[in-house]
Amino acid sequence: MITAAAPIRARRVLPGFTLSLGTTLLYLVLIVLIPIAALILKGAEIGPARFWAIVSSDRAVAAFRITLIAAAIATIFNAVYGLLMAWVLTRYDFPGKRLLDALMDVPFALPTAVAGLSLTALFSANGWFGAVLHPAGIPVVYTIWGIALAMAFTSVPFVVRTVQPVLEDLDRSLEAAAETLGARPWQIFAKVVFPAILPAWLAGCTTAFARSLGEFGAIVFIAGNLPFQTEIAALLAYIRLEEFDYNGAAAIALVLLGFALVLLVASNLLQNWAARHREALR
Amino acid sequence: MSITISAMTKRFQKTEVLRGIDLDIAPGELVALLGPSGSGKTTLLKIIAGLEWPDAGSLTVNRSDWLQLAARDRRVGFVFQHYALFPHMSVRDNLAFGLNVRPRAERPGKAVIAAKVNELLGFLQIAHLADRYPAQLSGGQRQRVALGRALAIQPRLLLLDEPFGALDAAIRRDLRRWLRGVHEATGSTTIFVTHDQEEAFELADRVVVMGEGRIAQIGHADEIHDHPATPFVARFMGATVELPVTLAQGRALGAGLDLTALPRRALPDGSATLFARPADIRVMPDAVSPWRVAQVVSTGAELRVALTHPDLPEAEAVMPRRGTAPLHQGDAVTLRIEAAALFPASRREAAPAPQSENRKKEIAR
Repeated sequence: MITAAAPIRARRVLPGFTLSLGTTLLYLVLIVLIPIAALILKGAEIGPARFWAIVSSDRAVAAFRITLIAAAIATIFNAVYGLLMAWVLTRYDFPGKRLLDALMDVPFALPTAVAGLSLTALFSANGWFGAVLHPAGIPVVYTIWGIALAMAFTSVPFVVRTVQPVLEDLDRSLEAAAETLGARPWQIFAKVVFPAILPAWLAGCTTAFARSLGEFGAIVFIAGNLPFQTEIAALLAYIRLEEFDYNGAAAIALVLLGFALVLLVASNLLQNWAARHREALR
Repeated sequence: MSITISAMTKRFQKTEVLRGIDLDIAPGELVALLGPSGSGKTTLLKIIAGLEWPDAGSLTVNRSDWLQLAARDRRVGFVFQHYALFPHMSVRDNLAFGLNVRPRAERPGKAVIAAKVNELLGFLQIAHLADRYPAQLSGGQRQRVALGRALAIQPRLLLLDEPFGALDAAIRRDLRRWLRGVHEATGSTTIFVTHDQEEAFELADRVVVMGEGRIAQIGHADEIHDHPATPFVARFMGATVELPVTLAQGRALGAGLDLTALPRRALPDGSATLFARPADIRVMPDAVSPWRVAQVVSTGAELRVALTHPDLPEAEAVMPRRGTAPLHQGDAVTLRIEAAALFPASRREAAPAPQSENRKKEIAR
């Protein structure tokens, strides 16, 4: 058992650091950074005055407004429904729970165009739901409600899947402690459970909102795409591209990119605020 | 708060956790539920708190049926093993929680709550931690906050689940004395769960030893130490050396054993099992004994002697190093048992029957 004397070199416990980080960075640059940089450059060559003219045109403003309002409606709906769904999936045992849990991923897996087609079929005047809603004076298809519906469908897993693991890990003895201290069930939820899942819930809601802003495939089928009424921003950018108006498309896309970045920052700030008791440790 | 538990049973799926518990606790008493893990002690504590529900039996507190009351209406202070402090609230808010959630009609004013919290912070000697979050506290500090949060509702009954389980030895001793002080100052009936004998005996007025869902023995330290009611209690109390002996007219006899130090027992003649602590065993040279010294280890103050027998499991003796004649591996020795518990052999293997358990309990009382 004689080993040659060699200088001692500290080794990383995990191998492959250089290779794995290098690959990751290369991928990130190729797939994410270069396209975004190209978009920004494309937008920059338009010039500020022309850029402003494009994005403040009536049709573009209407498209942004519709997109934002519909995304807001979808997000509010998902915030409530997604939270409820996560609660049901973590807190109760019932037959078919695993199936329901698996179904939650369908909007992720399903091609969005398929989702759009089936929603349109269901809610159009002669569809199953539309046959009831239309005579009642609630048209869904070709209205902003249809857009919100398609957005809600595609983005609900974001809320469920971010809240669910946090709710699962939540120490049940916290709730037991609150109960022995005299708290009623709704107080336990409001004062103990909700603050604990708030950061995850906010994160889920903002990603759902961001996803809704960018949703395209599911919406174009159900929206009717009437300019000034049911035309979303992503579609307008697509139309501009079809017309070989690259500048117009890039300008609109840049605004959407801006929204996404603002959301990302807002989301992180909110999460930090909601988790400030954890931050205090650092 | 006088508590009466009778004929209580509880099972989780196929496991019987409580197999018939009868227990009376007097007002102001400090009682320890002592037992190994899986003995049902925590389940019993949670049932008293209203966090678990028994399958059968009754729980009467001051003549009212607590099985009809939800946990939040029992006004019980419960301290959890891992504290269960609310992580997003400061120490101050944690302490005030029980008062803040009261229905508006019963809730004290903001100033009253703040005063009460300040009083508690002082009483628990944690005033300097008031604005910290639980994540910023040490284990001992968290334990104090957890107890303070439970005390804030002026509980009629204080329940603690392994209160010092997660703390290191020095802090445990400290907090033990402190908890005794808190109990005396508040005068509330207190029940705590522990698997640590020293903790149970040092702190409690009365110790309830539990094993496999039953109460094995109730008593004070000396009683349980000197007269274990069952083989289970004997083993749990550290009598790890089990030797087969023969009883004749109340005297125990065994080859290679010197049992003359044991008093006569009112037990029938026949085979029996002797339970002894290693510290109650002395070894003496004896050429004809079947016992051999296998190993001698010194800890400085004590000698730990491993002993082997051709037909029996290995035994251990612990004796003071000074004043003991030198021992060598392979020496033939007699084991002199200074103190031991004896149980008729037939009871050794069979699980203790509930009837005889109850009889033993009566004797222990």
